[in-house]
Amino acid sequence: MAFDDLYQEIILDHYRNPHNFGEIQRSCTIVEEDNPTCGDQIKLSLWVDENKTIQDIKFSGQGCAISIASASIMTETVKGKTTNEAREIADTIITTMRGEGEPDVLDEYGDLIALKGVIQFPARVKCATLAWHALEEALQKAETGE
Amino acid sequence: MPTQSDIQQAIQALSFNPYTVREDFPILSEIFQRGEKQVPLVYLDNAATTQKPRQVLDTILHYYHHENANVHRGIHTLAERATEKYENARKKVAEFIGAPSEKTIVFTRGTTEAINLVAGSWGRKFLKAGDVVLLSEMEHHSNIIPWQLLSQSIGIELRYIPVTEEGTLVLDQLPQLVDERVKLISVTHMSNVFGTINPVKEIVAFAHERDIPVLVDGAQSAPHMPVNVQELGCDFYAFSGHKMCGPTGIGALYATERWLEEMDPYHGGGEMIRSVWWDRATWNDIPHKFEAGTPNIAGAIAFGAAIDYLQRLGMDAIHQYEQALTRYALERLEDIPGFRIFGQAPERGGVISFYVGNIHPHDVAQFLDADGVAVRAGHHCAQPLMRKLGIPATARASFYFYNTPEEVDILVQSIRKLKEFFGDGF
Repeated sequence: MAFDDLYQEIILDHYRNPHNFGEIQRSCTIVEEDNPTCGDQIKLSLWVDENKTIQDIKFSGQGCAISIASASIMTETVKGKTTNEAREIADTIITTMRGEGEPDVLDEYGDLIALKGVIQFPARVKCATLAWHALEEALQKAETGE
Repeated sequence: MPTQSDIQQAIQALSFNPYTVREDFPILSEIFQRGEKQVPLVYLDNAATTQKPRQVLDTILHYYHHENANVHRGIHTLAERATEKYENARKKVAEFIGAPSEKTIVFTRGTTEAINLVAGSWGRKFLKAGDVVLLSEMEHHSNIIPWQLLSQSIGIELRYIPVTEEGTLVLDQLPQLVDERVKLISVTHMSNVFGTINPVKEIVAFAHERDIPVLVDGAQSAPHMPVNVQELGCDFYAFSGHKMCGPTGIGALYATERWLEEMDPYHGGGEMIRSVWWDRATWNDIPHKFEAGTPNIAGAIAFGAAIDYLQRLGMDAIHQYEQALTRYALERLEDIPGFRIFGQAPERGGVISFYVGNIHPHDVAQFLDADGVAVRAGHHCAQPLMRKLGIPATARASFYFYNTPEEVDILVQSIRKLKEFFGDGF
C-alpha cells in the first residue's frame, strides 16, 4: 500500500533516532531554511576543511517524519565527501524528487533509497527536499565565506 | 460521555436524518483502494470546503442545458430566464441571512473577494493615513492581508484584539484598544482554527456606541448556524457559497444600503455603469454598481439552490446536530492520551484543531488518509496565530450535517492506531 511506500522502516528509524542531530561546537557555516506552508524548520551546521572535505555536518529543527528522516540521511550521506561530490548528490536528489530524473538512481546512495516512495506524494516532496536545499545553501555559503 | 444511543436519540429529535441526507451527496459514497483493502471516504475537511448535493449539481447542469445567457442585457427568452434566476438567487441569499432587501447583497467570488471589496471601495473612500482598523488575532489571512495592502497604500494602521490560550477573544481589552482613531472593526464570526463562535452582537453594540462600523467574516458561521445580519447589527457580512454546499467561485457581501450607496465602485466594466462618455461615467444602482463584468451566473443560481437545500433541512436543526456531534467527538478525542485540542471556547462550532503527542500534523493527515479520513493539516491561513501558539501547524477535523457518529469513531480509531505507529513523535 502506498502509505507504507512513504513511511518505510528506514524512514521511521531515522525519524525516531535521527543521526547527526544537534549543532557542531566549533566555528562553522550555519544556515536556516524553513518551509512556511508546513512550518518545517531546519538549522544546518557544516564544517568544511581546507581540502574542501565535509568533516562534520549536523542538523536541528522541527518537522514531519519525512523531513527529519531526509535530513538525517542527508548528513549521513555527505559526511566525508568533498563539497563538489555533495553538491552533485544534492542536485541529483532534488531533481529526482521533483520527478525529473530516474528514481532508480537513488538505489546507489544507501538509505536514500527510502526517499523513492515520496515521489508519488507530490504534496510531501517539499518535506523531503528541505534539508537538501539547506545543504546547497550551506555549501554555497561555505565556499564564498559569506 | 455521550454514548452512541444518546446521539442516536438526538438524531431522532431532528427535522432531518444525517444518514439519509448522505444519499444526496454522490461523492460521500467514494471508496478508496488501499492495497488489498477498500476504505470509504470519511470527509472531515468541511471548514475548507463542503461537498455538494445532487440538487446543487443538477441546478448547474440544468442552467447550462436550458437557461444559459448573459444577464441584464438581452430581450430574448434565455436572457430573461437567466436574469430572473440570477436575481432570484440574490433574493434567496438576502432572506437566508435576514438582510432587509436584495439590494444589499453583492455577489462576489467568495468571502475573500467580499472583504477585499470592502477594503477597496469603503476603505479607500472613508479611511486616511493614521486611521486604525481593529482586527482580531484569530482572523484568517483573508481578513488580514486586504487591510495590510490598504495600510501599505494609504497608511492606515492595524490593531488586534488578543486571543486567550483557550481560543476566545479578550474583549475586556476593547476599551483600551478602541480610541478615536479606530474607524472599523473587522472580526470573524467563527474561527476556522479554534471553532470559537465570537459574540459579534456585543462587539457591534460596543462599536456602534462609538459610531464605528463592523465587518463580520461569516465564512464559517453562515454554513452552520442561523444568521440574521439585522439582529447582529453589523455593517458588512461576508460569506462563501462553497462552504455551504454551493459551488466554488461564488459568495456574497451584505452591506447596509447606506454604505453601498456611499461607497465607490470596486471594479470597472460592463453592468456596473449607467451612462458612459469618453471621459467619465455614472454608476448603476446598487448592488449592480459592484458587479462589473459577466458574473458567475451558474454559480449564483447554484448558490441559491444550496440555500434552498439547507433551508429544507433547517439551519436550527443543522446547528443543533453539529453541536451534538462535536460534543460526541470532543469527549472521545480528549480520551486519547497525548491528544491536545487548540480551542476550548464554551461557544464553539464543529472545528477541532489538534496535535497528537509531538507527531507532526502532516504525518497525522497522511496516516488518517490511509484510512480514508480526510482532515486538513497546515497553518489554516492563520500564520501569525500559529506563531503565537508556538506550533508550526495543526491537524484539523471539521464537521458538517452529513457526518455521522460512526465517522467520528473511525477518526478516533485511526488516531489511536497512529499513536502506535509513530509513538509520541519526535
